[in-house]
Amino acid sequence: MAERGARGGTRLLWPALAIPGIVWLGLLLVAPFYVVLAILFGGVDPILRQPVPVWNPVYWDFTQFEYVWQHIVGQDAFFRPALLRTVVYVGVASLLCLVIAYPVAYYTARFAGRWKGALLAALIAPFWISYMMRMLAWVNLLQTDGLFNKALSLGGLLDVHVNWLGGQPETVVMGLVYGYVPYMILPLFAGLDRMPAATLEAARDLGASRWETFRRVTWPLSRQAVVASVLVTSVPMLGDYFTTDLLSGSPETSMIGNLINNSVLTPGQTGQAGAFVLLILLVSILPMVLYVRYTRTAEDTAS
Amino acid sequence: MSSLRWYRNPWRRPYGLMLITFLYLVWSLVPVLVAVLFSFNDGRSRTNWQGFSMRWYYGDPLRSVWHDASLHTALTHTLLLGLLATAITVPLGVAMALGLDRWRGRVPSGADVVVLISFVLPEILIAVSLLFVVTVVSTPVGLGTSGQVIGLVTYQLAYPVVIVRARLLTIGSDYEEAAVDLGASPGGAVRRVLMRMLVPAIFASAVLVFADVIDDFVIVRYLSGDSSTEPVSVKVYNTARAAPTPALNALTTLLLLASVLAVVGGYLLYRWFTRGEKEAGRLDVFTGEA
Repeated sequence: MAERGARGGTRLLWPALAIPGIVWLGLLLVAPFYVVLAILFGGVDPILRQPVPVWNPVYWDFTQFEYVWQHIVGQDAFFRPALLRTVVYVGVASLLCLVIAYPVAYYTARFAGRWKGALLAALIAPFWISYMMRMLAWVNLLQTDGLFNKALSLGGLLDVHVNWLGGQPETVVMGLVYGYVPYMILPLFAGLDRMPAATLEAARDLGASRWETFRRVTWPLSRQAVVASVLVTSVPMLGDYFTTDLLSGSPETSMIGNLINNSVLTPGQTGQAGAFVLLILLVSILPMVLYVRYTRTAEDTAS
Repeated sequence: MSSLRWYRNPWRRPYGLMLITFLYLVWSLVPVLVAVLFSFNDGRSRTNWQGFSMRWYYGDPLRSVWHDASLHTALTHTLLLGLLATAITVPLGVAMALGLDRWRGRVPSGADVVVLISFVLPEILIAVSLLFVVTVVSTPVGLGTSGQVIGLVTYQLAYPVVIVRARLLTIGSDYEEAAVDLGASPGGAVRRVLMRMLVPAIFASAVLVFADVIDDFVIVRYLSGDSSTEPVSVKVYNTARAAPTPALNALTTLLLLASVLAVVGGYLLYRWFTRGEKEAGRLDVFTGEA
């Protein structure tokens, strides 16, 4: 590996190949976050209500940031419920995702036998179905006169008219689980599939029960894959606003993503959207660092 | 206790796990199949089956996908974005993967971290920051198709980079060295040996990027200019809760069809490219997990 870069004649080729992509990501992924800061710490045009960015950090004005911060921690904390809700929804949904994804991934990796390929294809299928279509499918099913209520009424025996789409937190969490669980199954499957089957069989041969083998061998060996897959699912969930918009539409279930979505296109509130963007970024830095470290160790052991 | 003997058998089949997996598959796929089914409904309802018809595809003179301009524009715009974004992302990403794999130093390893982070970064952060750039900084890029394509490429670039690098890792440097020993120039070895061996990975990442782009919502919504640049996902978001007709189901079914055609066609071609390779039947590369 170390010798690779030293081959003569191509030494300039590799930087030349990498630079267009690096410049692209630098200009369009990294630099835009500075624009967010310049708007958040900038001003608002008093007449047009347009954001006026301030590029020089020396002249940054913290009014907009103060405003948002005060309404998170202060007396009139009308932003706080959505933030707490985001933490609860994302936490519960990630946990449920894990409870569903682990057995499915484990079964597929260990016991599916010759059906492994077909089963994996079925598990991947939701990736090729648009997220919005999957949510639309649930909007159809969960209408008051929809098939879900009809199924609950056992064909008309009972009178069930539950309004599932009118701001039920359960519906939103279910939607999040439904939307994001495929993203958890695949990294888990990859981790569990790599696990040496001989180790697990040895535990069973030495007399451990299924549960004990799981608790003392399988789970500890899969802990890294679990952490990575939980991160891959929960961090993107932090920015979700469309799931609750489609499955509830009520401010009673709005999340931090909704705060961004509501303020970003409202004249005069653009800076607030910047503050929430910064907040999500700060909260997700630690998980992202963990993810990068895990992925790199996994790559090193693979090579 | 004899009735519990099957349970006590340590090598019994894992019925519990089988059941969970089966129930999960039903739960994950049946709602979508129901939505597809109701796109063929003869009536306006999305819950009462009133007979099979193609009304919502082309039969209805006003509201079918074929006749309602706002619906078929969304579909063609989605496919256009898919093609444009894939055409830019894949070459850019493949070159970047080759470069990052061989170039050692602080710049490439920093870029490596950025690539990994863009995998987990909530999409809304990229979308809002690009929206600010487009609206506040004067750039040649505007809202609409150009802004959407640029945003999508930024978000998707990690896929080809990660997939192609994983493939480079399994290829190793033996083939290239052999080519150089046999008299090829280093550049020639890359072009005529390495690139040939990378074709399946490049191809798989193209399929993956295309399928992911036509499903995108957050970036394309913020960077769309007006209703003519709103793709299917935005159309669904705007109308799903406002008493839509099964035409919306028909629209998403057509998008699903495009996805399935790209993936199945892509998978068959992938198998053909890698025929004769031991590890080639593996699906991992198609899951973004390779």
